[in-house]
Amino acid sequence: MNEILSMGGHGAYVWPAYGITLAVIVFNAWAARRKLAIALDEARRSRATEQPRNQPRVRQLQ
Amino acid sequence: MKPRQQRMALIAGVLVGVVVAVGFGFRAFQENLSYFFSPSDVAAGKSPTGRSFRLGGMVVNDSVQREAGSLTIDFTVTDFANAVPVRYTGVLPDLFKEGKGVVVRGQVGADGRFVAQEVLAKHDENYMPPEVKDALAKSRQAENK
Amino acid sequence: MKLPRWFHLFGSPPFVYRLAGALTPWLGIIACTLLIVGAYWGLVVAPPDAVQGEVYRILYIHPQTAYVSMMAYVVMAVTAGIGYIWRIKLAHAVAVSAAPIGASFTACALVSGSLWGRPTWGTYWEWGDPRIMFETLLLFLFLSYLALRAAFEDRDKADRVSAILAVVGVVNVPIIHYSVLWWNTLHQGPTISKLDSPSMATEFLIPFLIMITGFTFCFYWLLLSRLKAEIVERERDTRWLQDALQGGRP
Repeated sequence: MNEILSMGGHGAYVWPAYGITLAVIVFNAWAARRKLAIALDEARRSRATEQPRNQPRVRQLQ
Repeated sequence: MKPRQQRMALIAGVLVGVVVAVGFGFRAFQENLSYFFSPSDVAAGKSPTGRSFRLGGMVVNDSVQREAGSLTIDFTVTDFANAVPVRYTGVLPDLFKEGKGVVVRGQVGADGRFVAQEVLAKHDENYMPPEVKDALAKSRQAENK
Repeated sequence: MKLPRWFHLFGSPPFVYRLAGALTPWLGIIACTLLIVGAYWGLVVAPPDAVQGEVYRILYIHPQTAYVSMMAYVVMAVTAGIGYIWRIKLAHAVAVSAAPIGASFTACALVSGSLWGRPTWGTYWEWGDPRIMFETLLLFLFLSYLALRAAFEDRDKADRVSAILAVVGVVNVPIIHYSVLWWNTLHQGPTISKLDSPSMATEFLIPFLIMITGFTFCFYWLLLSRLKAEIVERERDTRWLQDALQGGRP
């Protein structure tokens, strides 16, 4: 185990390279999920305030 | 022309323009884009004088001489047509080896010797496990006999 | 030039949204499996390199992330171009989704290359090395594409203007690829694309190829995940989305 961690004395180069790549993938996956959640939320809120765009608008009689 | 074809022509035109511009740019700046000069460039006087530049090539076998008690070493860099003697004081990268590629940055001194401030090892794109390398070396020895 | 009829199916947001929704979990599972197997193989199982020792193991992520960064740019340029010429909004949505992912993989390639350069070449960064310079330019192309878009309030206008930049920048991709052949460089030559004789032992080649496939799947997984969010943003008030929202999860 220690041998793998030390990477022949070059662990300080190999592991950060892998770590950063992993972090970037995880971050991108998380960012996409978050973006989708926010967009869905906004779409729901938008429905609450106005009629859908491509639906014939029905004016409510006052 | 329909608008769609106009847009297509515009994209194609811009793209061709950029390719041509980049192509001419690269032709004009060919030398500036080259990361290092070869020993033949130095011999032909193509390398800059009076300022530092990079010299690349292969370290000649058995040319490395270490000055006793200091970090100064002398070696010769070749491109198999011409060779330039190099002197360097400092720590060498792990992969610096005779018979391997090297890029040095520095200036040609008055005595024609290249005085390097920095030595970088250039490794090739061949990857193999140690056992395979040993086996290859052995078979090559057998061939030479 | 007219596009084939089926192609217009891919211009339909509901169709693509559902297709992406169906594909993303599978792409994610395949990508993660390949990357875990490949990383274990490359870090633990594969033997060390004869010249570089253990540090060569960055070979299993550096060329892969660099390759994905170039592929991401090509995807972005092609979809932006299609969107510009045929006025397909969904194509622009793909281009926008590819940009941040491409930028992050470019950054990964630069950082992993830098971490590889220090113990082997003897330097983290070499100004003037053509490969490094043009890969850095790729990062700036992604970033300026995103910055240019941010400058426009109107999304359609942002789509149209940024598409030109995306298409123009694609010239950089073949330059990155051939830079090690056209100019003197510190960077080593291509390893795999020389199909006649790959300069890599089989023990290294297998995890190398697993990782390349894994990163490719990973890119399309992230791209489609992001595309879903981008579609919802753009289609916020449309009938199909609102109907889908009403009927539970879209």
